[in-house]
Amino acid sequence: MLEIRNLAKSFGGVKATNDVSLDFPDGSLTAVIGPNGAGKSTFFNLITGALKPDSGQVLLDGVDLAGRSPPEIVRHGIGRAFQVASIFKSLTVQETMLAAVSADQRTSAVLHKRFPLPETRDRAEHVMELLGLAGKRHRTAATLSHGDQKLLDIALALVLEPKVLLLDEPTAGMGPEERWRMIDKVRELWESQKITVVFIEHDMDIVFKIAPKIVVLCYGRILATGTPDEIRNNSAVIDAYLGTEHAGAAA
Amino acid sequence: MTELEAGRAQTLAPARSGAALRRYRDVLIALIAFAVLASLPLLSGSKALLDFVIRCSAYGLFATSLNLLVGYTGLTSFGHGMFFGLGAYSFGLIMQKLGVPIPVAFVATLAITAVVAAIIGAICVRLKEIYFAFVTLAFQMLIHSTILSWASFTGGDQGLRGGIPRPAFLGINLANHIHLYIASCALLILGLLAMRQIAQSPFGYTLRMIRDNAARASFLGIDVWRAKLTVFVLAALFASMGGMVMALFVSGAYPEFAYWTISGEAIFINMLGGVSTFLGPMVGTVLLLLLNDTVTRFTEYHGIVLGIVILFFALGLRKGLLDFVAEWYAHRRETGEGR
Repeated sequence: MLEIRNLAKSFGGVKATNDVSLDFPDGSLTAVIGPNGAGKSTFFNLITGALKPDSGQVLLDGVDLAGRSPPEIVRHGIGRAFQVASIFKSLTVQETMLAAVSADQRTSAVLHKRFPLPETRDRAEHVMELLGLAGKRHRTAATLSHGDQKLLDIALALVLEPKVLLLDEPTAGMGPEERWRMIDKVRELWESQKITVVFIEHDMDIVFKIAPKIVVLCYGRILATGTPDEIRNNSAVIDAYLGTEHAGAAA
Repeated sequence: MTELEAGRAQTLAPARSGAALRRYRDVLIALIAFAVLASLPLLSGSKALLDFVIRCSAYGLFATSLNLLVGYTGLTSFGHGMFFGLGAYSFGLIMQKLGVPIPVAFVATLAITAVVAAIIGAICVRLKEIYFAFVTLAFQMLIHSTILSWASFTGGDQGLRGGIPRPAFLGINLANHIHLYIASCALLILGLLAMRQIAQSPFGYTLRMIRDNAARASFLGIDVWRAKLTVFVLAALFASMGGMVMALFVSGAYPEFAYWTISGEAIFINMLGGVSTFLGPMVGTVLLLLLNDTVTRFTEYHGIVLGIVILFFALGLRKGLLDFVAEWYAHRRETGEGR
């Protein structure tokens, strides 16, 4: 279980994350929403070690990971994908997967054997098939479509077999149809892999449709948490976000 | 599902043996290359040709090791030549002052290089791009000035004079021109083979990941700093080997070996030959030395000619020679398959 306790981070005078406490039970699927600048990405950056929190705890199964380095946090089982697909542009899809498994198996510093190591193959193969990238295994990452690059980014996180998967806007920059395909994929992964998934999403239709639980952030604070119905009818959320921004987001 | 599994087995089986096969292929190519080089003295009596190959060995090891940093890791070092100079000087000094057997001096020099590279690397690899480039350059200048000013030990601007003793060991007499030639070729081939192995190892792919996207690599659990430091030290070892071959060849060591221009030449070589293929720097080495030797024979303004050549590669081709060939070949194969 991932427990966030009183997490705080300020940039100058701006409280980007302000005393956030949240629980993500094992196997849960949670959407994080909020207007631009609400601190959603900062929240992810604090959990994954890209930023050091000013105070607070990030407890994964009781171990406090707050302030540790990204490699350490990844090794404890928190994987992430990025808003802008973060991939290795000159490697092929297959090489990317194999190298990531190598990193996870702590063989990424091996000098005396040839890449790829045989023991990395099954896992790489499994995740490529899971995400439908197996047919594009020999394509160089830079030549993939935008959607496939996002999938490869998620595959990179998933191939490490994380306990918790954080997806920063998996549908960013996609057309309406592609969005639904991506989010169906995310839901399918969540169901089949039995991992904890937390994702940031702007499209309210998507969020209300697939997320059993929603967290609303606003100015670095938690505005509300609850089921889609609870959020939809929450007056604070309607005032701060849905009432004004939802109309704009839907357009 | 069974169809899927069958497909998987099909893609896996050849790939697995493929890795081993590629390794044997590299060893085979190395053996053939060594056999060709070793038989050269039998075919031609030209001492100049053998000298040329020895110089290619020294520079080839040095330039290829720089490519481990530049091409594979994305670390553009402007001071890589310091390890070339360090190798030449520490090997020469150990031989002159201690009179140990050559293999002992060889290993001791590698050890010294590893320690110095680890210290300098620990400071430099934290820095990004241009800062890394200039701090490595600064360390190179530091080593160069140390050599110049510590005249009682290093001979100052005169260099290590009086020749480096080359006692025979294991029936190998490096004072003999042919023996030196064969030994240089052997070191070159072994060095290239070792660097090829590094480039194609899991670590080599870690380096490629760091070059492409270091932040992402760290989110896969890779300690980027440690990987960069490791490759910095490894590359320094091969540069040092190149320096030792040079010291044996000229039977001395001179401050120019540690001057920044030697780093510049290695970068020049990498630009000429290309950094996207493993053998690019080797091709660049042969090109540069050929150009150097022929142009200086015809004109004293060889700097102008070399400048024009590099402008042609940088602005005209926008890549090294072997990059160009590799792309042309890949393109041809693609259109061939399309037909």
